[in-house]
Amino acid sequence: MSASHHEEETHDMGLKVLSTSTIHPRVRTVQVSRPEAQDTTFLAATAKGLGVTLKHFARNLFLPMKKLAKRNAAGAPTDETWRNEIETVQYPEEKVTYPERFRGLHRLTLREDGNVRCVACMCCPTVCPAHCITIIPAETDDKGIEKKPAIFEIDELRCVVCGLCVEACPCDAIRMDTGMHARPVEDRADAIETRETMMGRGVRSIAVQGGEGPDWRAHGHEVTKTDVNR
Amino acid sequence: MKTLYDILDWPGTKWLFIVLALVMPLASLLTWAERRQSAMMQDRLGPNRANIGPVKIMGILHFVADAVKMIFKEDVIPANVHKGLFTLAPILALAPVLIAFCIIPFGPTIYPHVYTQTLDTYALATQPQNAMFADSIRLQMFQVDFGLIFYFAVLTLANYGGTIAGWASYNKWALLGGLRSSSQMMSYEVAMGMALMGAFLVTGSLEPGFIASHGASDSMSGSNPLNWLWLWQPVGLILFFTAAIAETKRAPFDIPEGEPEIIGYFVEYSGMRWGIFFLAEFIEIVFISSVIATVFFGGWQVPFLDADGFRVGGYVDQVNHISVGGWFRPLPHAIVTGLQFAAFGLKVILLCWFQLMIRWTLPRFRADQLMHLGWKLLLPLSLANIMVTALIKLLFMGGS
Ligand code: SF4
Ligand code: SF4
Repeated sequence: MSASHHEEETHDMGLKVLSTSTIHPRVRTVQVSRPEAQDTTFLAATAKGLGVTLKHFARNLFLPMKKLAKRNAAGAPTDETWRNEIETVQYPEEKVTYPERFRGLHRLTLREDGNVRCVACMCCPTVCPAHCITIIPAETDDKGIEKKPAIFEIDELRCVVCGLCVEACPCDAIRMDTGMHARPVEDRADAIETRETMMGRGVRSIAVQGGEGPDWRAHGHEVTKTDVNR
Repeated sequence: MKTLYDILDWPGTKWLFIVLALVMPLASLLTWAERRQSAMMQDRLGPNRANIGPVKIMGILHFVADAVKMIFKEDVIPANVHKGLFTLAPILALAPVLIAFCIIPFGPTIYPHVYTQTLDTYALATQPQNAMFADSIRLQMFQVDFGLIFYFAVLTLANYGGTIAGWASYNKWALLGGLRSSSQMMSYEVAMGMALMGAFLVTGSLEPGFIASHGASDSMSGSNPLNWLWLWQPVGLILFFTAAIAETKRAPFDIPEGEPEIIGYFVEYSGMRWGIFFLAEFIEIVFISSVIATVFFGGWQVPFLDADGFRVGGYVDQVNHISVGGWFRPLPHAIVTGLQFAAFGLKVILLCWFQLMIRWTLPRFRADQLMHLGWKLLLPLSLANIMVTALIKLLFMGGS
């Protein structure tokens, strides 16, 4: 009987091999392990299980709720001994704070003068895999900027929340950092975000225009190709 | 006045009372309690928001919302079902449970003319024809010597509900579920009946009212918790409880239904028809709790509260079978009966709670494990229980 044979035999079914025949290795005396009495009556196991569930039940019934912050932090150690273990967040009243990089509804950032920052370069509608961004460009008086979106719409029903538009934007004009999710609407048309709605969500970009602060034109130099590319 | 008492003592009135005041509210609340309790056991909150305006008592009104939803839901009757049987099945599941309640004593006998006084138990035992004890109302609909047998006979009919539902649904899975249901009920009915035989041997009666009011031993008063059968028939209690849970077809024995995956006999039912199955299941929980409370936990007895007041350490006068002596604090009949009725309700609620605990603790049995447990464990054990009980009764208690 080879060693590999022996391994294979003891392996199957958890049988304990008592002796093996010399004529053929598969002819052998084995000991079958039958379930013990306490496993077939289930009484001890039931009592143990009831103890566990009863402990949870009593604790959750009689002790006060955990603080919301504790429930928010997933996997945070529970150092509040005299609190219950309920993890439920009561949604409309309590809200879970989303992770920092949660991709929420879009917003269009603003310039220092309150105009839309977007220059209608059409990068985002081009990259958008769902084809849900509609931009109709218009001219601006500002020669350094040249274009602005006259209409900027995103169909939130088609958006797959991939964030590629944010990645594609060369001038930090579109962002998804609102932390809001798409609201329920009664009409499909209501799910289309307009330029004004998205401009209304939040504040200026933290980037500084042209790298030189809000009054960069006051430095007096002409707009050159390098400036635009910068 | 006479007719008023007659109406009150009429079984129909009592049935309406117990169904509308105890069973239905408890069963509907259980549908909510089960979800809240299971949530609490799993570190969740459970349904706590149903409200009528500002009234939101921990979401207790969820059962109202459920009922409204189920009544107004579309009642789908699939093509090819056997319409007659399909309609009949929910009724067959619900009716037997409601009928079986008539053997349950849910309170003591009320003597309306001495309501404000302490009950004179000696006078009651010696001259029961006295006018003060006239017009008595027994809080039990149907007092017969074969009470528990009647319960088995009637509750077995509930079996047909599931089986016929599976048969009439024209659905293979429903049919298999119905078959599982009937095989399970049949296997466990035997063990259930045998488990109660021990109680019969100890008390010498199958009348639940007698078991509740007298207890196991003649020398102790019925209100003594040591005289209740949980102490005298512990094995019987565990066996009966196990078999009874299997009888209600709930986890860990919910093989006939198996909602999440193997789907059971009411898979084709929707709306209120399904709701009736659901309600029948919860009423069965209440009923099983009532039976266990009555047989094993003294029914409506409050510990140490005799018919005339609290008594500790007295003895039972063997001639008139009334409790005398000991420390005694008399109470008016009205308070005594009120306490006793409340005690019955409390025991039933606690036992319901315990059944829910079990249901949310144990995973489902496999069908072969179920049969193994029923035939190879519960049945022999209950037979052994009968033998041992009979031997002890014969050898040590004079065999009376
Ligand atoms: S998130 Fe993705 S899908 Fe949505 S608008 Fe941006 S690019 Fe399009
Ligand atoms: S990529 Fe940025 S600048 Fe270009 S169109 Fe989109 S939002 Fe406007």
